[in-house]
Amino acid sequence: MDEKTQKPKNDVGKVVLQELTGGEAQAKSPRRRFWQPLVLPALAIFTGLLIGAVLIILTSEQVYAAFRQSFGAGLLAALQAVGKAYGALLQGSFGDPVRIVNALGSGDALEIRRAINPFLESLVAATPYIFAGLAVAVGFRAGLFNIGVEGQLFIGAAAATFVGYAVKGLPAYIHMPLAMLAGAVAGGFWGFIPGWLKAKTGGHEVINTIMLNWIAFRLTDWLLAGPMQRPNSGGMPISPMIEPTARIPQFFPAPIRFHLGFFIALAVAYFIYWLLFKTTWGFNLRTVGANPNGARYAGMNIVRTTVLGMTLSGALAGLAGANQVLAITRAMAMGLSSGYGFDSIALALLGNSTPLGVVLAALLFGFLRNGATNMMVVSRIPIDIISILQALILVFIAAPAIIRSIYRLRSVQAQEGGVFVRSWGGK
Amino acid sequence: MTTVVHHRKLETVSPLWRYGMGVFFLLLAALISFVFLRSVAVGVQTRFVMTPGGITQGTLPDWVLDARTTLLILAGLIAVAGGYQLGRGFAKLTNTVLAIVMLLFVFGFLVWAAAGKSLNLAGMLGNAIQLSVPIVLGAFSGVLCERAGVVNIAIEGMMLMAAMVGALVGAVSGSMWVGLLAAVASSVLLAWVHAVLSIKYKINQIISGTVINIFATGFTSYISAKFLQVYEHLNKTAIFPRWAIPGLADIPLIGPLFFNTTLFVYLMFIILIVLQVALFSTRWGLRLRSVGEHPKAADTLGINVVRTRYMAVLLGGVVAGLGGAYFTLGSVGRFDEMMTAGKGFIGLAAMIFGNWTPLGALGAGMMFGFADTLGSKLSILGSTIPPQFMSMLPYITTMIVLAGVVGRGQAPAADGVPYEKE
Repeated sequence: MDEKTQKPKNDVGKVVLQELTGGEAQAKSPRRRFWQPLVLPALAIFTGLLIGAVLIILTSEQVYAAFRQSFGAGLLAALQAVGKAYGALLQGSFGDPVRIVNALGSGDALEIRRAINPFLESLVAATPYIFAGLAVAVGFRAGLFNIGVEGQLFIGAAAATFVGYAVKGLPAYIHMPLAMLAGAVAGGFWGFIPGWLKAKTGGHEVINTIMLNWIAFRLTDWLLAGPMQRPNSGGMPISPMIEPTARIPQFFPAPIRFHLGFFIALAVAYFIYWLLFKTTWGFNLRTVGANPNGARYAGMNIVRTTVLGMTLSGALAGLAGANQVLAITRAMAMGLSSGYGFDSIALALLGNSTPLGVVLAALLFGFLRNGATNMMVVSRIPIDIISILQALILVFIAAPAIIRSIYRLRSVQAQEGGVFVRSWGGK
Repeated sequence: MTTVVHHRKLETVSPLWRYGMGVFFLLLAALISFVFLRSVAVGVQTRFVMTPGGITQGTLPDWVLDARTTLLILAGLIAVAGGYQLGRGFAKLTNTVLAIVMLLFVFGFLVWAAAGKSLNLAGMLGNAIQLSVPIVLGAFSGVLCERAGVVNIAIEGMMLMAAMVGALVGAVSGSMWVGLLAAVASSVLLAWVHAVLSIKYKINQIISGTVINIFATGFTSYISAKFLQVYEHLNKTAIFPRWAIPGLADIPLIGPLFFNTTLFVYLMFIILIVLQVALFSTRWGLRLRSVGEHPKAADTLGINVVRTRYMAVLLGGVVAGLGGAYFTLGSVGRFDEMMTAGKGFIGLAAMIFGNWTPLGALGAGMMFGFADTLGSKLSILGSTIPPQFMSMLPYITTMIVLAGVVGRGQAPAADGVPYEKE
C-alpha cells in the first residue's frame, strides 16, 4: 500500500532532479574537473584586460604625442601607459609588495596595517557586492530576474539607518544586529511586492522591480528631505548619524575601514549555500526556477516559493544597503550606491548563481573597483574603465564560443552557455 | 484581421481586480471631495494659461475655472465610474476607464493645486511631450525588437551611447545633423552587438542587454571624464531649433504643441504612424510578428527568421539612437554622465504597458512624460503634497495595470527565445 503511493512520487522527483541538475552532473564527470571550469573565466578576464589596455592606449594623449615623434617611441609609450595603469590597479587592490615586505621586516604594527590597507579596502569594497550578488543569484535560482536590487538596497539602508539612529540605549550586541535585521526585513518587503504580484497576477517582475526602484528612490528622497532629515543639516538631504552601538565594528583604528560586515557577508553566503543546496526548501526553489511545470506536477507550491524567493532576494539586497550605512557612511544620503544594482546582475551571472561563485566574483569586482581608484589617481584613467572591463568579462563568460574561437579551444559541450538561460526562466 | 493577434486571452477579468478597481475609483473621488474640496474657499478661481511661453502663433485666451464647481463635477464623474465598476463592471474597457479616471483625477489635482493662482497648462503639456520623446522612442525600439522575438533591455545603453556620441560629434563637426547621424550609427553598432550575441551566439538576451548597458555606462562615463569634462569645446553642440509648420502651427493649442516643435517630436509621430501601419497592415509587419510569435512556423513558410530578427534589432537601434540623440542634440546641447537616467527602462515599461503596440507605447510614454513635468511643476506651485509622491504615481499606476489584465500572456509568444534551426 505504502509502496504504491510512494512510487510515482519518487519517479517525478527523479525526473525533476534530472531536469534540474543537467549542468551540475556534467561538471562532475570529466577527469580534469579542477582546472577545467577555471580556464574560461581566466581567459575571459585576460581578454577583457587586453581590450581594456587597447582602450587605455587609444585614449592616451601621451601615446599619440610619442607616436608623432617616432614609431618606436610611440610603442614604448603605449607599453608604459598600460604598464603604469595596470601596475597602479594591482598596487591599489593588493598593496605595494615592497612596502609590505619592509613593514613586515620592521615589525611596526601600524606600518603593517597601513601597508596591507589596500588589500583590506578591496575586501571592504567587495562586501556589498557579495550581498547584492547573492540577491540576484537567489532570484535566478527561483527563475526570477530581480532587477530591483538597487531599490531594495535603498529601502534596506533607510530602515537600517532609522533603527540605527532612532533607537537609543541598546547594547551594541543587540542594536547592530537589530539594525541589520531591519534592513533585511525592509528590503525583503520591497522584494515581496513584485514576488507576490508575479505569483498572484502574473505581472512581470522585471517591470515591477524597475517601477519599485523608482518608487524607492522617490521615497528615500522624500524621507531624507523630510521625516528622516538631520535636524541641523541646512536643507541637505541627509539622515542623522547612527548611534555608535548600531555601527558594524571596524577591526582597526580610523583610516582602516575593514569591518565585521565582510565576515557577515561570508556567513550569509554560506547560509544561502546551505539553504539552496542542502534543504528541501532550497530544492523546491531551484526546481520551481528550473522547471515550473515539473515542480507543479510534483506538487510543489509555486506561489509560495516564488513569493519567498523574491522576498529572500530582496532581504539580501536590503542587507547590502544596511551594511553600507552601518559600516561605511554611518548616515544615509542619496549617493549611497555606486550602481550595485546593475553590477550585482553581472556578479550573479559571473558566479553562475552559486554562492561560492558569487563570492569569488564579488572579490574580483571589489579588487577591480578599489584598484581602479588608485589607477585614477596615478595615471588619470577614469574609474569607469572597470565597468567596461566588467562588461567585457561578462560577455566572454556568457558567450564562451567567442573565447573558444579566439583561443582555438575545443568545445567540451555544445550547450555550456545555456546554464544562464535555465536560471532565469521568466519572460 | 490584424487585431486578432494582440487581443487573445484578454477576456477574463478577475473579480478581485474588478472590485479593487471600483474601490480605487471611489477612493479617488473621496480624495477630491474630502481633501481637495475642503481646502478651496467658495468663489476661488483657477486660471490655466493655454499658450506655451514664447509662442506667438496659435494663441488661445486663458481658461478660467471656478475651482469648487470643477472639483465637484470631477468627483461626481469619478464616483459614477466607480459605482458602475462595482455594480456592472466595465469588463474589457476597464483599463481605458482607468486611464480616463486618472486623467480626470490629475486634472482635478491641478485645479486644486493652482486654485487662486495661474498655471501654464499648455506649457506643461508641451514640456510633457518633450520629456516623453526619449521614453516613447525607447518604447518603439522595444516594440520593434520584441515583436520579432528579441528582448531588448539594452535600450538604455544604446540611448546613453547615442547621447554621448551625438554631443561629441556634433561639437567636433559643428553640425547637429552629422551629430545625429553619428548618434544613430553608434546606437546601431550596439544593436548589432546585441543581435550577434543573442541571435548568433544565442546567449540569454537579458544578459546581452545587461552587458551592453554596463558597457555603455562605463564607456560614455570614461570618455566624458577623460575628454568631455576636460575640454569644454568638445561638449558644446548646436541643438535642433523649433520649426513651425506653416498653416498648421496657427491652430490654437494644437499648433503650438504639435506643429511648432523640434525635429524629435515630429520624428516621434512619424515613426508612430509608420510603425503602426507597417506592423499591423503590411506583409512586412505580418512576417516580423510571425517570427516573434512562432518562428518555427514562420521558417516553414520560407521566412528567414535570423535575417528578420537582425533587421528588427538594427531598426530598433536606429529608433533608440534617435531617442538618445534627443538628450543632447534636442535638449541641452551637452553630455553629462548617466544623463539618460533610466529613461530607457521606463520606455521598456511603456512598451509593456502599451501592450507591445506603437500606439499604446505612445500613450504610456506620454503619461510618464506628463508625470515628470507634474513633479517639477508641483514644487513651483508650492503644493502641500510632496512632489516625490506625485512623481511616484505613474510607477504605481503601471504596477496596478500590470497586475490586471495586461499582465498575462500579452507578450509575443517567442519573445526572448533564441531560434534553433533544426
